[in-house]
Amino acid sequence: MWNVAFSELRKLRRPTLFFGTMGAVVFFSALFSSLLFLLIDSPDGNSDRGRVVGRDVLGLATGGVQGFSSVGGFLGIIALCVFAAQTAQEYTYGTLRNILVRQPGRMRVLAGKFIAMKLFALVMIILSGIISVTASILLAPRAKVSTDLWFGADGRHALLTTFINIIISVIGFGTIGMVLGLLLRSPISAISFGVLWLLIVENLLIAVKNSLQDWMPGAQLAAIASGGKPRGMTTGIEYSHALLVGGIYVAVGAVVASFLFVRRDVSN
Amino acid sequence: MSKTAISVSNLSKKYGERMAVSHATFEVPLGTICGFVGPNGSGKTTTMRMLLGLITPTGGSGEILGESIKHPEKYLPRVGAMIEGPAFYPALSGKENLNYLAILGGFSTNRVQGLLEQVGLGDRAKSKYKTYSFGMKQRLGIAAALLPDPKLLMLDEPTNGLDPEGIQEVRTLLRALANEGTSVFVSSHLLSELELISDYLVMLRKGEVVFTGKMSDLMLDQQPVIIAKGAHDGELETLLAIAQAAGHRAMIRGGAVHVEGPARWALDLNRAAFEAGITLSQLTPQLPNLEETFFEMTGEK
Repeated sequence: MWNVAFSELRKLRRPTLFFGTMGAVVFFSALFSSLLFLLIDSPDGNSDRGRVVGRDVLGLATGGVQGFSSVGGFLGIIALCVFAAQTAQEYTYGTLRNILVRQPGRMRVLAGKFIAMKLFALVMIILSGIISVTASILLAPRAKVSTDLWFGADGRHALLTTFINIIISVIGFGTIGMVLGLLLRSPISAISFGVLWLLIVENLLIAVKNSLQDWMPGAQLAAIASGGKPRGMTTGIEYSHALLVGGIYVAVGAVVASFLFVRRDVSN
Repeated sequence: MSKTAISVSNLSKKYGERMAVSHATFEVPLGTICGFVGPNGSGKTTTMRMLLGLITPTGGSGEILGESIKHPEKYLPRVGAMIEGPAFYPALSGKENLNYLAILGGFSTNRVQGLLEQVGLGDRAKSKYKTYSFGMKQRLGIAAALLPDPKLLMLDEPTNGLDPEGIQEVRTLLRALANEGTSVFVSSHLLSELELISDYLVMLRKGEVVFTGKMSDLMLDQQPVIIAKGAHDGELETLLAIAQAAGHRAMIRGGAVHVEGPARWALDLNRAAFEAGITLSQLTPQLPNLEETFFEMTGEK
């Protein structure tokens, strides 16, 4: 398993993939966090879907990680694409037969690849956290946002909680990407299906029937990243509900895809 | 210790109603080069995939280096393989691709540069795989198969895309490996190549084994052929009639009459032709080569 993980990491560290992905992470993390502070007085809102996050909210202990939390769902989409592409390309390149000749334990192959991609995702999350929090600290004085509570015990707790939530969410999105890669066996199909579903189909369905948001996989994982429904709010998904439903989606997908991967003939 | 590199018994693979491989039974002795031949779609690659644990047989059993094919993890660390052409990551260099496979299989990466030089890719080791010619990709595939320092090498069409010099290099390499004790199981559509290097042969037709054994036994079993032609093309029909009247199978092929029969009958044919007023411009007794034997046995062409 570790041999698979180490070899997979060599593939993931190639400059085009590594720096391309990390470049996107840096850009969007900086953008999401900057807009929170730069557009703080905008009547059109300063957060996703035109939400207004005011000085009072940003001044709380959680204010320093508000940007990091907002970019969590986006990191999930990136993870889905990377996991799906890295899994499905073994079929399109025909390299799966090389892998299975050198490592016939198919579950070990899956586990090793998963570990390597989780490490890649972890680097993404850490980098995003550093950029988001740094941008928030730098821009808060200009936006007249108090940062006193950010550096206390509650602030550190908020950072840790957000970091863990984003890890769970990103790994969930990545696992769905890996499942799609194994099922569809084509990077283009897997990424297209995943991204279209998460960004378009789910939103359309929720727009038609709002209660569906409690049962859509992407909505659950995004809710985990943002820590669930904010206290006192009437809309949104409860964190524990998102964790349960999202976990079921990911677990069922992983079991089905693993079963197929282990049993299916490799004939391409 | 097993004396066979490969031993399969009634090995079968069925896809729906179609039998891709039907009750294949054969053995490949250790330390030999065994040619694996058959027309397209005869089940060669499917058989190799079953031996490598990539697809599950529908029936039968098999052993590789003394281990059951149900447990590929027990023998694959000693097996090198290239199935259905080379397959690597286009964005990685040849060397990075081999390093990837070496780490995956738990082999030392120190061997990689030497292997690349052995197959003639030493100076292109750092070039991306996607920039390689087809012949270079094939060479990289052979290098990858040699990574584990294999006791058994399974190669599917290894000379595809290689120039004559490359083909000769592969032939020399395989012979050298066999001399060092490596067993080689190789499929190729270049039957003349297999005839030159193979000690053993397994021949498939429509998923069934039609011959398995020593190459020399197969060739000795074949009916010699006498090739004859007169000074004029119009005399071929007369020569054909003479041969058939004497009870021999004969046919006109490539501007000459091919007669199945013992070499000594060439004297009788010469005499009969002379009596019919034909002066022969060619009279050659010869054993059929592997290609002719293959067509005869598989019913191809």
